[in-house]
Amino acid sequence: MVDVRGLLCPMPLVKVRKEIEKNNPATLEVLFDDKGALDNVTRFVTGLGYKTTCTEENGDYKLVLTK
Amino acid sequence: MKKINWPIVLAGGLVGLAAVVLTLLGNPVNMGFCIACFLRDIAGSVGMHGAAVVQYFRPEIVGLVLGAFIMSVATKEFRAKAGSSPMVRFVLGAFVMIGALAFLGCPLRMVLRMAGGDLNAFVAFIGFAAGIGIGVLCLNKGFSLKRAYDVGKAEGGMLTVVLVGLFILTLVAPALFKVSEKGPGSMQAPVFVALAIAAVVGAVAYKTRLCMAGGLRDGMMFKDFRLLFGFVAIFVVALIGNLIMGKFNLGFAGQPVAHSDHLWSCLGMALVGWGSVLLGGCPLRQLILAGSGNGDSAITVIGMIVGAAFSHNFGLAGAAASADAAGGVGTKGRIAIVIGFVVFALISVLHLPEKEEA
Repeated sequence: MVDVRGLLCPMPLVKVRKEIEKNNPATLEVLFDDKGALDNVTRFVTGLGYKTTCTEENGDYKLVLTK
Repeated sequence: MKKINWPIVLAGGLVGLAAVVLTLLGNPVNMGFCIACFLRDIAGSVGMHGAAVVQYFRPEIVGLVLGAFIMSVATKEFRAKAGSSPMVRFVLGAFVMIGALAFLGCPLRMVLRMAGGDLNAFVAFIGFAAGIGIGVLCLNKGFSLKRAYDVGKAEGGMLTVVLVGLFILTLVAPALFKVSEKGPGSMQAPVFVALAIAAVVGAVAYKTRLCMAGGLRDGMMFKDFRLLFGFVAIFVVALIGNLIMGKFNLGFAGQPVAHSDHLWSCLGMALVGWGSVLLGGCPLRQLILAGSGNGDSAITVIGMIVGAAFSHNFGLAGAAASADAAGGVGTKGRIAIVIGFVVFALISVLHLPEKEEA
């Protein structure tokens, strides 16, 4: 899991990209607390071929990526 | 990621239009919006510096923050967060301001000056882009000011409350505040019109995440040019507005509130670019973040105000060219910019990950 809560842009995208480049995961969970960051990362990973589902938990967002 | 994001383009167009309108209504030419200049004017209005020609409590700053606040609350996205290296952000903000005031404009004013035909701003843009490049290198090496955490709502709303409170004070007790009688500080759009226009811009800038530094940063890091289109839209709309209104003047000389000290304009704007990337956004973006609950960005804004006060009290700011003088950045300003580069380098190195984290 990658936790990008509390980070200003572009750090959420940087952290997720780094994780994907390092491990090429088939599935990955990412925690957000900012909708803008969620939208940016969703757009980025969708472009890489990941499918995404998002749930909201206690004001935070959990994005699940699957290939 | 080459698809055009039309909301950001429209937001940029709105900012460009608002800037032209505010100039027509009385703001200085090529300065419909300038976050650096306007925070400097606010610093002067409360007596933090004594430069008599740049003292006025700019309602545009209040409007931008208030607009972001209202939009974030209305969309239930307001979230009070803080704790991400606030003192470092304060210092970064102060030096970003020192760099901007050396050039005589924030990145937004840089674009507006470009749209007014001020070729000096095109040269400074090179420095700005280089500074962003340095910042991107730092991010790619793992630079981080660490995360912020949820805090009480009062922390997140405090800057908005303070700015609105001070604005109300300017209306009910105007004698408390300094107002320039000549110079840029005396050139003002009507108060409530400026407030309202800026509030709309603040709301739109919040929703679209418009950021002058982000456009170049994301282009360099991710080949994502969506934010850059907003930057271009501001330029295009402001350019068209200036051409229609007869306020376009192509050249280096004779530009309003500007100078042709190219090297130090470039270096000043390089400091702005680098600092903006380390901070997570340009001065405009810091205002918007502060309005939407980010306490660290609020501290950054305070840092910028203090930096503006230092700039004028210590003679660091650039001097505008006039009929009698070429203007430019004096020795003290140049030393301050060099110190800024050293400070940013230290901050960057100190916030790289330990080897095992990289």
